[in-house]
Amino acid sequence: MRAWVEKQRYIIDFTLSSLIRRKVKNFGLLALYTLIVFILASAMFFTYSIKREASLILKGSPEIVVQRIKAGRHDLFPVRYLETLRKIRGVAAVEGRLWGYYYDGLAGANYTLLSPPTQQEAAEPAKPSAKTAVVEDEETEHHGVDASKPLFEHQGTALEPGTLIIGNGIARIRNIAKGEFMPFRAFDGTILNFRIAGTLSSQSELVSSDLMLIAEEDFRKLFGIESDYVTDVTVVVDNPSEIDTVASKITKLLPDARPIVRDEILRTYDSIFNWRGGMMIVIFSAAVLAFVIFAWDKASGLSAGERREIGILKAVGWETSDVIQMKFWEGAMISLTAFLTGVILAYIHVFFTGSLVFEPALKGWSNLYPHFALTPFINAEQLITLFFLTVVPYTVATIVPTWRAATIDPDSAMRHTGE
Amino acid sequence: MRKSSIFLWSITVEALLLAVFLAHAVFSTGAQQANLEEKAALVRKLKLTDLCLFTEARYTRHLSQADLNTAFQDHPLSLEHFPSGSFTLPPERLTRRP
Repeated sequence: MRAWVEKQRYIIDFTLSSLIRRKVKNFGLLALYTLIVFILASAMFFTYSIKREASLILKGSPEIVVQRIKAGRHDLFPVRYLETLRKIRGVAAVEGRLWGYYYDGLAGANYTLLSPPTQQEAAEPAKPSAKTAVVEDEETEHHGVDASKPLFEHQGTALEPGTLIIGNGIARIRNIAKGEFMPFRAFDGTILNFRIAGTLSSQSELVSSDLMLIAEEDFRKLFGIESDYVTDVTVVVDNPSEIDTVASKITKLLPDARPIVRDEILRTYDSIFNWRGGMMIVIFSAAVLAFVIFAWDKASGLSAGERREIGILKAVGWETSDVIQMKFWEGAMISLTAFLTGVILAYIHVFFTGSLVFEPALKGWSNLYPHFALTPFINAEQLITLFFLTVVPYTVATIVPTWRAATIDPDSAMRHTGE
Repeated sequence: MRKSSIFLWSITVEALLLAVFLAHAVFSTGAQQANLEEKAALVRKLKLTDLCLFTEARYTRHLSQADLNTAFQDHPLSLEHFPSGSFTLPPERLTRRP
């Protein structure tokens, strides 16, 4: 065993000396190879982590969102429809949402304005068991809410009319802080000034960077929306297995309504950054083409110098198997070093530098981009696949032509010069 | 030092570094659980539906809530021109044949 290890080490010594003799070519190859692994591994880490994070975060999103569609576009949802929805069997709660977009010319950014559910509605309702009869206490039902309590409170910050709670991205882009005022141009041209009551945490930027929480009456005043309309509606369903049935009942009862179930929301983020789509297929096809060029270069044959080297080695007593082992180590050393370096750099890139290389592409035209640190979810299966797609083909492609060259006579191998 | 020793050491160091990063991934996932919970709680509390990834257009900001005619929603022949459109696929329900 020891003799075998020593022999391999001598072969590695020789192979490294041979590689260093052609250092410009080989270091160039190593750098390019590392870059391809880096790009592939970065794309893999980023997409997998964002998909996992999306599935964990959005599991709390509404079970059904119902929009009203008019002439193929979203339209405001009439409040009178809510009663129809409440009557559907299996529906536990129905609540209107008020939200919209506001373009801020100063920052050149779009904000999402949202009127949060009032405190008593936002609290998780204690769901009565379907099998148990529950006697509701009228006293508690009608008088249980403290009138002095603010409509909405987030981490101790009360949202009152005339105030806003803003996302961290907006605070950063507008350089604005708690207590300062922010002017808005309402639908009728009047200027409304709102005081910043607080900011949402920087940890939640992935969902709240461009968010602005605003009181319902301010929202209606800003956009000119009558009190008998909301933007859309959320529906809570008691039994998760009934969600699809409830959704189809909604379509039947309200033909101009479009229900979006939570599963569809989750699937939307499951297909984001899919390798079959747009930019991802450009990245992957570029990487695959680069590998094809590598493999083609290796598999199409050896240079005259390499052929002569093999001839000399055989003439001085190397066996065919020794030559093949040498070439195996050559392929393995380059591909293993490129793989490990590429994956390590990709990890640092995605989880420590916030995907610096991808950022300009991800930002697109948006001025307001969230700063977020992804939770490093690693899929071992993907790492193993990447290993087998990069290290193995390159190593095999190195061995095949060598085997052909190593089996011919050393004399004729040395005569094929030309360098 | 022999060249083979330098190579074997460098590969070992890289493999160890990768192992450290994988361990970091495992521990960070546990440590960031509270952070994930905070985001999930905010989503639940405010009844949010989408991640704030692409803020450039309304149909990219709220991908899951986009109109059915997304590609032409601004005006007829308004082709998709935002870069973020190249990172996303249309929602499955739009491409699924009945």
